[in-house]
Amino acid sequence: MVCDLNVSSNTLMEQLRSGALTSEALVKESLAAIQTRDGEVGAFLSVQEEEALAQARDIDRRRAAGEAVGALAGLPVAVKDNINIEGRKTTCASKILEQFVAPYDATAIERLKQADGVLIGKTNMDEFAMGSSSEFSALGQTRNPHNLTRVPGGSSGGSTAAVAANMVPFALGSSTGGSIRQPAAFCGVVGLKPTYGRVSRYGLVAYGSSLDQIGPVAADVAGVARLYDVIAGPCHRDATSAQVEATPSLPELTQAISGLRIGLPKEFLGDAVQPEIQVALNRLVDLFRAAGATIVDVSLPHTEYAISAYYLIATAEAGSNLARFDGVRYGYRTAEDGNLRDMYVRSRSEGFGMEVKRRILLGTYCLSSGYYEGYYLQAQKVRTKIIEDFQKAFDQVDVLLAPTTPTTAFEAGAKLNDPMAMYLADIFTVTANLAGIPALSLPAGRDQAGLPIGLQMLGPHFSENRLLRAAYQAEQLLK
Amino acid sequence: MILHGYEPVIGLEVHAQLTTQSKLFCGCSTTFGARANDQTCPVCLGMPGALPVLNRQAIECAIKLALAVHNDPVGQSVFARKNYFYPDLPKGYQISQYEQPIVGPGRILIETQSGDTKTIRINRAHLEEDAGQSSHEGHPQSSKKSYVNLNRGGIPLLEIVTEPDLHSPEEAYAYLTELKAILQYLGICDGNMEEGSLRCDANVSVRPVGQEKLGTRTELKNLNSFNNVRRAIQHEIDRQVTLCSQGEAVAQCTLLWDVDTQTTRVMRTKEDSHDYRYFPDPDLLPIEVTRAQVEAAAATMPELPRQKYERFIDTFQLSREDAARLTVDKELSAYYEEVVAGCQEPKTAANWILAELLRDLKQVEGGLAACPIQPRHLAGLIQLIATDVISGKIAKEVFADMFQTGDDPELIVERKGLKQITDTSALEAIVKQIIESNPDPVNEYRNGKTKVFGFFVGQAMKATKGQGNPALLNKLLKQHLENQS
Repeated sequence: MVCDLNVSSNTLMEQLRSGALTSEALVKESLAAIQTRDGEVGAFLSVQEEEALAQARDIDRRRAAGEAVGALAGLPVAVKDNINIEGRKTTCASKILEQFVAPYDATAIERLKQADGVLIGKTNMDEFAMGSSSEFSALGQTRNPHNLTRVPGGSSGGSTAAVAANMVPFALGSSTGGSIRQPAAFCGVVGLKPTYGRVSRYGLVAYGSSLDQIGPVAADVAGVARLYDVIAGPCHRDATSAQVEATPSLPELTQAISGLRIGLPKEFLGDAVQPEIQVALNRLVDLFRAAGATIVDVSLPHTEYAISAYYLIATAEAGSNLARFDGVRYGYRTAEDGNLRDMYVRSRSEGFGMEVKRRILLGTYCLSSGYYEGYYLQAQKVRTKIIEDFQKAFDQVDVLLAPTTPTTAFEAGAKLNDPMAMYLADIFTVTANLAGIPALSLPAGRDQAGLPIGLQMLGPHFSENRLLRAAYQAEQLLK
Repeated sequence: MILHGYEPVIGLEVHAQLTTQSKLFCGCSTTFGARANDQTCPVCLGMPGALPVLNRQAIECAIKLALAVHNDPVGQSVFARKNYFYPDLPKGYQISQYEQPIVGPGRILIETQSGDTKTIRINRAHLEEDAGQSSHEGHPQSSKKSYVNLNRGGIPLLEIVTEPDLHSPEEAYAYLTELKAILQYLGICDGNMEEGSLRCDANVSVRPVGQEKLGTRTELKNLNSFNNVRRAIQHEIDRQVTLCSQGEAVAQCTLLWDVDTQTTRVMRTKEDSHDYRYFPDPDLLPIEVTRAQVEAAAATMPELPRQKYERFIDTFQLSREDAARLTVDKELSAYYEEVVAGCQEPKTAANWILAELLRDLKQVEGGLAACPIQPRHLAGLIQLIATDVISGKIAKEVFADMFQTGDDPELIVERKGLKQITDTSALEAIVKQIIESNPDPVNEYRNGKTKVFGFFVGQAMKATKGQGNPALLNKLLKQHLENQS
């Protein structure tokens, strides 16, 4: 082994800069790790060996020649397969896009390329990011690297599993209701869902447009900060992109926040939470208190309506967003002859998986004439209440601390035929997406079965830098 | 039209393609006639992950229309998705507006056939993207396949909706004429119905005269010219009145106008009408139209057709009809004003343009834009008449020459030697000669049969090859015919 992917991306970056390590060697190590372990983990849907090596050699050459290189120069990055890389497949883990080759780069990819990140491959996910276990992929199974009988979480399960299995130092995921934090918690890695509008959605295949956000996954907070700094910031191709400049978080990451006020939302505690997770939370609270932070009990009273509101808004948007997959211009088209209607019905029936169909139906229903007011509009009102809840909480505290999930990674297949149980896996994560606030999950020990426990920290809009500093502090305290 | 005591009620929905350089939500060109699917990109092709970004120019167009129809557009408006499946609709939804359109209630004044002014209320005008075009004929594999061209997909449209304030096909025609003129004056739509840049759907119902409640309406589509709008509405009124007077009910439906047979056929009935599941487009933030934006637009507003029409009547003492005909087309009114500026003869200028120029322009491809006569030349011609250099009759000959050659009328008069003879002694000699050689008509005249005077005028014009000054000739003829006794 020429290098250890299990070290911090900070260390890898230093080794690359000093010349102790070449990008080519690092990428080879990454490819070798994928070769050895991905057979059982199943994190990747595609690996671009040749292109990645060519890119790595080019970066090594430029660095050796003293030319300028980007902030990620030479580090391998895995990308969730719902983010477009020009000339490569974007399948969304769906049969309907199995052969689709993206005609353009997502803004986040453009920025990764500018920063000289080495794009090593695309990772598995729940089909169109709809799911909480990555089991709804039509193109492969991903297993939890800590215990192969368990799910990695979802929908960005491929990205978090790839990082957890030390195949890559970091990866891009996407979150609509918890799809970065929940699998990060299950896989024992760090995952950040940025503020809505902080990272351009251009080139991210839409699921719930008002909730979707691309975010970084890494083994540690510094890795997440490094990747976040590259992808964050305004984009003229996304009208919902915030016109707020993002200042780099990495340089100030290690500065502890003095007088940090941490809120504990009571709605995220209680009997539904696995006892070991509660213990882990209490431990971190004690550590923070000992380090001088103020701990405040807060309430987010509308949390109980969040799952209902989320599944109405997300599915309503999804039903409309997925209408473009109709077999006319690209993607899967039925082989059978027939009229236009037959073509639509067969292409979509054959191309979409069960969970995607379920959500399209749900979304279509809740926007239908006569139901719109009662469902969609009502859900939007709940959303406003949830935003207000957070605003009130952040009047008192800097960050909120809570479990990421009620349980650690569950058994594969356990919730596959029980949609409600699966939906409840998102119960602690959806509120941040509904409110559009940044939230991060970080590992905080293991349960008795040896499975990782994740705790999440949430902050006000555009407070990523402070949130990352607080998370870094937590990471240090937990060491 | 036999109404049998029924009153037609008509509302129009006009789709005006805006003359922005790029599409509503992407940077693709809007030029007409490019090769199929050349003017497309990931956004207007509905590629996965592509997002719309609003073209600010389209907002400016909408603000101008708002001002023209007396609506205040300041405030918020929202884009919504209209969901339905069709191959020429790449995203499976059209980005349109539903609640909170950019232009709210307003009004347009029209002139009815009886010469009265009538107010047509505008319900709303909203921005939306155009769909592409499907084509089912004329391709190598048309028997098995349909073809889709998405060049038009994403071009901005303003859909302008009236209240049901129109009551005859003629009023509908007058409204369309006025609306088209407004759009052209504002420079936001070229108004070309043949190229599809102006499209009209009509909602038609009938009710017994005096009844307030509206009858069941039908929607007419595929009306691709002003005349077809008029004919289709007429046809539909007749159909509905016939049904109603036979005691039958009108079924709510959408009808397609068939130009070839001049009849309608049912496109869809109420039962299979779509539920479009409108909801605010989460990809686009609400539009905020500010007071400053509206004031900036107001500062650049051109004179509108109605204002120009009234000014032409006031300033140039034109008849209502002439003023209307001159102002219906912005270019024509500009041409007219240039001619007037060059000759200071507004009535004569109107006559020449409306009678001679428009008649001859019908033969010219490209119409006024390709007009061979420059306004200053037409003004020159009118001045030549006013200053007695040529007669009105000769002027028509000169005009015909100008239309052929595009030459300056003075040059033509010079070249052809058409200058009027105003030399009294020369004309007097001719008059004497005519009187001497026509003793019989002279006697008739002198015996009170003054009708033969026309004969002498004809002779005199003939002798001068039309170049004799008519007034002078008349005077001399009268003098010599009457003074001889």
